[in-house]
Amino acid sequence: MTGSILTLVTIFVLSVFVGFEVISKVPSILHTPLMSGTNAVHGVVLVGAIIVLGTGHGALELTLGFIAVILATVNVVGGFVVTDRMLEMFKGREPKRAPAPETTSAPAPAVEQEGVGTPS
Amino acid sequence: MSIGSGIYVAYLFAAICFILALKGLSGPKTARNGNLLGAAGMLVAVAFTFATPGLTHFPLIFAAMAIGIVIGLPAARLVKMTAMPQMVAAFNGVGGGAAALISLAEFNKADPHLLAVYEVVEVLFGVIVGCVSFAGSVIAFAKLQELMTGRPITYPGQQVLNAVIGGGVVGLAIAACVSPQSWLVAVIGILALAFGIAFVLPIGGADVPVLISLLNSFTGLAVAASGFVLHSMLLVVAGTLVGASGTLLTRMMSSAMGRSLPNILFSAFGSVITAGGTDEAGGERTVKSASADDLAVLLAYSQKVVIVPGYGLAVAQAQHVARELAELLESRGVEVSYAIHPVAGRMPGHMNVLLAEANVPYEQLKEMDEANTGFQTADVALVVGANDVVNPAAKNSPGSPIYGMPILNVDEAKNVVFLKRSMRPGFAGIDNELLFDPKTTLLFGDAKDSLTKLVAAVKAL
Repeated sequence: MTGSILTLVTIFVLSVFVGFEVISKVPSILHTPLMSGTNAVHGVVLVGAIIVLGTGHGALELTLGFIAVILATVNVVGGFVVTDRMLEMFKGREPKRAPAPETTSAPAPAVEQEGVGTPS
Repeated sequence: MSIGSGIYVAYLFAAICFILALKGLSGPKTARNGNLLGAAGMLVAVAFTFATPGLTHFPLIFAAMAIGIVIGLPAARLVKMTAMPQMVAAFNGVGGGAAALISLAEFNKADPHLLAVYEVVEVLFGVIVGCVSFAGSVIAFAKLQELMTGRPITYPGQQVLNAVIGGGVVGLAIAACVSPQSWLVAVIGILALAFGIAFVLPIGGADVPVLISLLNSFTGLAVAASGFVLHSMLLVVAGTLVGASGTLLTRMMSSAMGRSLPNILFSAFGSVITAGGTDEAGGERTVKSASADDLAVLLAYSQKVVIVPGYGLAVAQAQHVARELAELLESRGVEVSYAIHPVAGRMPGHMNVLLAEANVPYEQLKEMDEANTGFQTADVALVVGANDVVNPAAKNSPGSPIYGMPILNVDEAKNVVFLKRSMRPGFAGIDNELLFDPKTTLLFGDAKDSLTKLVAAVKAL
């Protein structure tokens, strides 16, 4: 078990660095979608909730697990769907003034802004 | 390959998806695919979890997931874009609650006296942080949904009470490490819930988005803690990712407001407001208001108009009419742009989402620094439902609770037009001197009605 905890601690520490690195440069327009997206990702707690419910014994454990699965499912489903709805709005808009709704599904650069770029 | 290592590989795949999802979400072009990649990783992770050896109670699992989908899916699909922040708060809260319940259930499963101290600490961390996140998110939701006042709630001895509850949690947690008992962990959970509520109550209106971001990273850490409890690499990776990136995001948000995080969390915004508000309360002061027709003339014969949208525009669903007005003015040769404060709306980037929904051309949206260089040459700054983000008190009056927050310098424009519902102060509850400025004109009414009237009046010219 000691080996296991040390492995997990290692994973934890490395993940902290990855977490900081991966979103170092975010334009403020994406703060809300990013918050919502990270919110969806921690919905992975559903995996834990399923294991707890699936290996539970007795009324108390099953009740706790059952509620946990419900809550976690809401988190996952809601999180990804809401994020997608937000991001959908950035899609397919012309960078130049285009009042007419001719914004077809042409893969026009969705959002172009100075100072914006994927972190390299 | 055994089932166990197959699942492990699937989890590794999911973890990679999550990392790439966050990276994708950081850039405008890749954001949507990033989110879909995250969802794909989640699907794989959940699907392979069902292959976990020894897993039973499948009907219960499916029933619970079905209930979750029935609750979560319509909520996410039907929520209005303006109500997005509280929806994120709600989804965050349930995640925290799930993490706390998992830790609690696992603790109950084990024989407490056989647990090593570090294992008890893992459980306690998950329960405490999860409960704080759950209760805090519920209150944040209630504040944003206006189920309760958005103003800070303060009472005498609040700091002391919070310290007592917080100290109680820590004290009992230490006791639980010495003598692990289920009931003790449950009591700690309840106290942590109380702490979550007490901690969020004094945080007012404008600061709630930063708070939600903070609670989001809390939930991430609670999930990581339940990953430790369950020895799940995936939960540790994903939870920690969210914890770390959420912390960074929280810092970005608070710096966009020009305030430090401790200042937001502990300054008891409210007490300052009541102190600052009283000296303004006395004395009738006059404001200049005008009809839509007059303002239409002003706008139509300007060279340059800067629209400053705020939350009022969002609640009135007026973003489409705003675009219509902008296009109308442009067809008359007026240069129109939008000045977007980083925290316009109720979350950073919220206003960009709303204007994107209305198909406002992206290049017309100016971020704060760029917009502030343009106000001096603007003939009219048209403030639609914004207040705090243009309040010069943030620059001029050191006693104001928003002092130091970067604002849009609309007072530098030649004319300022406010479309406001009433003289009520903004979300932060602070009076705005600019309303009384001689170059300011007000048009009272719902933002959408006012803009519609302006459109009609400009057309009639």
